[in-house]
Amino acid sequence: MNSFFKYFSDIFHGVKSLLIGMSVTGRYFFSPGQIVTQQYPENRKNLQMFERFKGEVIMLHDGNNQHRCNGCGICENNCPNGSIEVIPAKITGEDGKSKRVIDKHIYHLGMCTFCGLCVKNCPSNALGFGQEFEHAVFDRSKLTKVLNQPGSSIIKGVE
Amino acid sequence: MTFNIYDFTSFNRWIDEGLNSFMSPTWALITEMAIIGIVFLLFYAVVGLFLVYAERKVCAFMQNRVGPNRVGPYGIFQTIADFIKLLMKELVYIKDSDKLLFNLAPFIVIIASFMALSAVPFAKGLHAIDFDIGILYVIAVSSLGVVGILLAGWSSNNKYSLIGAMRSGAQIVSYELSVGLSLLTIIVLAGTMQFSEIVEMQRNGWFIFKGHIPAIIAFIVFLVASTAETNRGPFDLAEAESELTAGFHTEYSGIKFAFFFLAEYMNMFLVASIAATVFWGGWMPFHVSGWAGFNTIMDYIPPFIWYIGKTAFIIWLMMLFKWTFPRLRIDQLLTLEWKYLLPINLVNILFMAFLVLMHWHF
Repeated sequence: MNSFFKYFSDIFHGVKSLLIGMSVTGRYFFSPGQIVTQQYPENRKNLQMFERFKGEVIMLHDGNNQHRCNGCGICENNCPNGSIEVIPAKITGEDGKSKRVIDKHIYHLGMCTFCGLCVKNCPSNALGFGQEFEHAVFDRSKLTKVLNQPGSSIIKGVE
Repeated sequence: MTFNIYDFTSFNRWIDEGLNSFMSPTWALITEMAIIGIVFLLFYAVVGLFLVYAERKVCAFMQNRVGPNRVGPYGIFQTIADFIKLLMKELVYIKDSDKLLFNLAPFIVIIASFMALSAVPFAKGLHAIDFDIGILYVIAVSSLGVVGILLAGWSSNNKYSLIGAMRSGAQIVSYELSVGLSLLTIIVLAGTMQFSEIVEMQRNGWFIFKGHIPAIIAFIVFLVASTAETNRGPFDLAEAESELTAGFHTEYSGIKFAFFFLAEYMNMFLVASIAATVFWGGWMPFHVSGWAGFNTIMDYIPPFIWYIGKTAFIIWLMMLFKWTFPRLRIDQLLTLEWKYLLPINLVNILFMAFLVLMHWHF
């Protein structure tokens, strides 16, 4: 007798939960003001990107054209598909010691999978993600970028 | 010429007499058949393309998206563009496939749905063949489609296709039973299998109101079972794109794939038409016996509009099913049929027969 009642209660519970699901989608259907997708080429002017969006790897520069990269090469070692090349340079500091600094931080956007290992592993938080995403170009060589801006130097105290 | 959107019989007679006036009866018959065939082909293509568009739009709205909106206003030409693309695509030859069956399968699927469509009454007089066993004919012919699906799976020389086809076979064999029995419930009430008479009997109230409780149960069972029979979600195990890539039509490309695609949507349309005709009165306007004024107002709406409206609503319900529920597993699918739908259905028939005997229906 117990299983007999269970059979019918199963049916009613099943129908009830199905109706709850249908009411959710039905409500969405009849409230078209709630569209969550954005119309991309039309809203290009006032497009809002989000902080966590991984558009491309950039090197963060402050207002004085200074960055935090000391050219250690950990990002290059961590990159799974070799899209980063760090070319260091040696300069002589004020105290007379030679010092390793970054000459060129080369980033191959065409090979990058945006996994974020370089950004995560940077010991001095020099790298970050930019929100730029329209990367289509007609020449592949344009996808190779130098991340440190020309004439930039390292912020004092982070090396 | 007497063209009347409320009754097409005089229009049909006008065409018939016009053709017979200058050709022999045999040729007139052949010409009429050809005309009907062309009309149905056009109808099939237009409705199929529109349903694909409607499905994408409805699905989008249910997921708070916009849906196709680039080709033409509101994207209404999107499916036509898709169809042109499919027409121009290469028909890939599958190595070691059974060539004859591989090419035959899409035609069997599409012919089955085409044949079943011919028995549907669209409006008074707008009815290609009015068999006195119309419902039996529709059940028999619409289940031929599974032969095409099985052939497609078998001849593709692909394990996913074969698994999809076998699932489809198991599914249709089980759910065909529920479809038949739920229609039988209404046949018990109507006492006839002829579509035109079934529609005519609903002049003073649709069967879903006349047969109240058992008719509503039969309608729900029919809706569930026919959703399964058309291989639509949540019963789309035959396709199951996340498990079997595309199931039985994995290996099909171009226009042969389009045939399967169109046939799926036309089967949905067909099932919705049958449900609308048998349970909701087909093209019959909404009548309440005794309310003469109300009935005359309802009669002003053309029957074709009534038919399309009811069918569209049932199609919308089936789309709501597809975009709400997750796909069932094969054992859950068979449990639903054999442990729930079938026993309910059998009891329901008895209930309906008792109701008819006692004259408890309206």
